[in-house]
Amino acid sequence: MVETFLFVLLIFMIVGSIIAIETKNLLSSVISCGIVGAAVSIAFLMLGAPDIAITQVVVEILILVILIRATITIDNTAIEAHWDTFAVVSSLIFFGLFLVFAFLAVQELPPFGQPLMRVSKEYLQTGLQKTGAANVVAAIILDFRGYDTLGEATVIFVSILGSFVILRRRGRKRRTEADTEKVGILSEAEIREDYGDLRE
Amino acid sequence: MATKPELISSENPKGMTPVVKTVVRFAMGIVFMFGWYIIIYGHLTPGGGFAGGTILACGYVLLTLAFGKEVALAKMSDRAASIIDNSCAFLFVAVPLVGMAFGYFFLNFPPHGKPFDLVSAGVIPLYNILIGLKVTSSLFAIFLALSIFGRFVSKLVEEAEEEE
Repeated sequence: MVETFLFVLLIFMIVGSIIAIETKNLLSSVISCGIVGAAVSIAFLMLGAPDIAITQVVVEILILVILIRATITIDNTAIEAHWDTFAVVSSLIFFGLFLVFAFLAVQELPPFGQPLMRVSKEYLQTGLQKTGAANVVAAIILDFRGYDTLGEATVIFVSILGSFVILRRRGRKRRTEADTEKVGILSEAEIREDYGDLRE
Repeated sequence: MATKPELISSENPKGMTPVVKTVVRFAMGIVFMFGWYIIIYGHLTPGGGFAGGTILACGYVLLTLAFGKEVALAKMSDRAASIIDNSCAFLFVAVPLVGMAFGYFFLNFPPHGKPFDLVSAGVIPLYNILIGLKVTSSLFAIFLALSIFGRFVSKLVEEAEEEE
């Protein structure tokens, strides 16, 4: 029963991603990405991972809002598609290589659950006594695997820092003429000129 | 911090229509309460810091979209968001360092308490709250940077349109 439902969801996701790639309108492309996210979240729920399902659906909502805000403000909703032969051929070759080696590797894998999952069995059996957390996912990510979460928090922190540096409106230092020449940053008048030309 | 009533009233021309504003005025408290519930009960029920923090960030984004940026910026300004983000990142390293005084890095040093109690599991609820606050402030800051402060280029495009 669950498998059938998952197959339906998978077909739904594939159709959604094909629409997202192929459609010419940027807004409908963003909405099709939302279809994929919703289907992924239902699939996580079916597979018995409510923690990830909650996170997936909430992050998808926020990203959809941000992307719609971004695509509407930047008035560039029609994209002209053209084929890049080299990119297509090289990705096909790499995908074929990946399939061959994945097929070889999967044959070497032991059957599911066979080496008795020693580490995860330890977590499931002693997690409650050792940490006192009733939610074993919280016990794993914040106690047993604390370093992972620390690295994750560092990744979020650094990426937010980087995007703030790029997106902020003006820097601490006043921009001078010398900077414009040296680094090649467009001055305000030049941006205005460029976008004026693009509009025509 | 209390919001000025004239900013969130339906007569204020900024933001969306009165229907949206009325619904958001009712839903706002529920959204924030649900976010804090997901964060604080993260060690007992599914959810946790990241999911709850994203719900809280969605609440601030909802405020911005419905009432305009003044209401949301009065609740959490971009400077406050950056301070909360930085201090939570610092505390997330500082709390494991305190554990080092009791033994090793990332030691769950306080008493664990009775399982299934709200105050249990040592430092895990504390980590959840820190991650939740950090995710709230940083995602809301990204939304601000992309939608309000990032208007530089699109504003120039609008000006160019007006000149034509």
